[in-house]
Amino acid sequence: MAGYINYEYYLRQDYRNLQWCPGCGDGAILQAFFRAVHELGISKDDMAVVSGIGCSGRISGYIDFNTMHTTHGRPVAFATGIKLAAPDKYVVVFGGDGDQTAIGGNHFIHACRRNIDMTIIVINNNVYGMTGGQYSPTTPSGFKTQTTPYGNYDSQFDIVKLAIGAGATYVARESVIKPVVLTKYIKKALQHKGCSVVEVISNCHINLGRRNKMKSPHAVLEWIKDHTVPLSRANKMSEEELAGKVITGEFVEVEKPEFTESYYKLCESLKGE
Amino acid sequence: MSNRKGVYTGNELIAIAAIDAGCRFYAGYPITPSSEIMEVMSKELPKVGGAFIQMEDEIASMAAAIGAAWTGVKSMTASSGPGISLKSEHIGYACITETPVVIVNIMRGGPSTGFPTAPSQSDVMQARWGTHGDHPAIALVPGNAKEMYYETVRAFNLAEKFRTPVFILGDEILGHMNTMVELPDPSDLDIVERKIYSPKQGEKYKPFDMSKGDVPPMGAFFRGYRFHLTGLNHNEYGYPTIDRDMIKMQQERMMKKVENHVEEIVKNELFNMDDADYVIFAYGSTGAAAKLASKMLREKGKKVGVFRPITIWPFPDRQIDEVITSGKYKGILVAEANLGQIIYEVERVNRGRLPIKDLLKVDGTPVSPTDIVSRFEEVF
Repeated sequence: MAGYINYEYYLRQDYRNLQWCPGCGDGAILQAFFRAVHELGISKDDMAVVSGIGCSGRISGYIDFNTMHTTHGRPVAFATGIKLAAPDKYVVVFGGDGDQTAIGGNHFIHACRRNIDMTIIVINNNVYGMTGGQYSPTTPSGFKTQTTPYGNYDSQFDIVKLAIGAGATYVARESVIKPVVLTKYIKKALQHKGCSVVEVISNCHINLGRRNKMKSPHAVLEWIKDHTVPLSRANKMSEEELAGKVITGEFVEVEKPEFTESYYKLCESLKGE
Repeated sequence: MSNRKGVYTGNELIAIAAIDAGCRFYAGYPITPSSEIMEVMSKELPKVGGAFIQMEDEIASMAAAIGAAWTGVKSMTASSGPGISLKSEHIGYACITETPVVIVNIMRGGPSTGFPTAPSQSDVMQARWGTHGDHPAIALVPGNAKEMYYETVRAFNLAEKFRTPVFILGDEILGHMNTMVELPDPSDLDIVERKIYSPKQGEKYKPFDMSKGDVPPMGAFFRGYRFHLTGLNHNEYGYPTIDRDMIKMQQERMMKKVENHVEEIVKNELFNMDDADYVIFAYGSTGAAAKLASKMLREKGKKVGVFRPITIWPFPDRQIDEVITSGKYKGILVAEANLGQIIYEVERVNRGRLPIKDLLKVDGTPVSPTDIVSRFEEVF
């Protein structure tokens, strides 16, 4: 299935009011997602894509699937309803770092705990981009944003650790600078039975980079390259060497009872009562 | 069909009625005094192959019910005041995406945590304006056990017919009161089934089509045609728009689909009204008390009738106006378990024509027939 892919096939032809800034990482992530869907041969009719609010939230509008652009932080909750009511369909959630770890943190951890079969793609650009660049739960220490004008003094979430701690059964992280690896992880997440989380480290040069001496997409991508370390290399590094670094790779891939399967097994056992 | 005569609480009746009306998805979160609805659903829905889920919070329950609705199933959630406050953002999402969904509020004292185990009617304005922005509202106020059942069936029918969220407003008394009820055979009920639109070959489905009357045809995911839903102002295809005309037309249609069909939605009980001199206006459990109060007052020689709305939103403007313009009545006593909410709606319709007096009660006890009798004797 690999090879030629007609991206237009996955994009809506009658709506393309693109809200993203030139150089935004969202496009590369979407490309990786399309490639994963294409290579797995999943029908567009059999997949619902649900998104929250923010730059990443706009993804659902541009793509030709069964799509729902929901409220800030809550796409996982809407997706849970869709998945439970249509358990044989693919359900994918796109959310940002603010969407999934701040306002929607509760839904995120509970989807992981339930191990409900859906793929949550968290686009982490370390900032609230659409609202003009306020700090998020993943903004690095010291970074200047519109609400940390003197530098960020708040602490960060590690999305991978959060997902693992909450019980997700496939957890991976990659950045936009490695789209081939990212495609592989999204593919594995889509194939995985259970709650799969893929964190994608992305660039927001407009609302994060610009205020932190990284004005161009290239500068932010360089920064991402410098502070990410593949798991294989990180395993050989000391704690001091890993300070301030973000580890990429596949962290968890386990089997656990999946929520909708457990539920419908129960229904089956009650038939005729 | 087995004999379904038995003693049920109002909350149980809502759950049974929902399943009889074809509800096959429930998402909820525990809250007093409505939890029994969820408990019955957790027991009964798996038996009929429907989906039940206890969500992580109220916000998520509303979201899941909306998500499920777009796969083609009838869905419901239930709560009480604090939970409805949390659900409010998503009630607005259901309004703008024109999603049929039933929301039960078994009202308790408020604001905030208030008095969880006590009846109240202080969320009636919340049911109208709880979520931000202009939006339509349908809310039913059953007044007895039988109505808890039948109005739940009607709530599902109205949600389907008008593609909008529909509230059932009960209260702690109605929710927990045990009553002997004989339930109908579900096959005897008038049920509005979900008609899922199937576009013709080459036709693009428009979830917000303006050419097919006030209510656009309802679609569903995974049916071989794909479409978009958003909480943003959108065009007929559901795509975000900033086109001024489109925003205006869609917003107005969304309101008018209820406004233009008020007569189909409004429902009242007029009790002892024909020869009455005075009217008690009351709804829900207070409405039941008002009927008893009317009988008690008549024993004392006072001819008092009751106007009991069973639909509170949209408000029965025309029907109340008729009562007022008939010239038969000398005054109206509005009784409600809050500090004055619906009375202002009655006054809006009345426009100063008849004297209106109030009986407002918020001490955690229900408005009793004797409360109404003594207040009536005090003011009229």
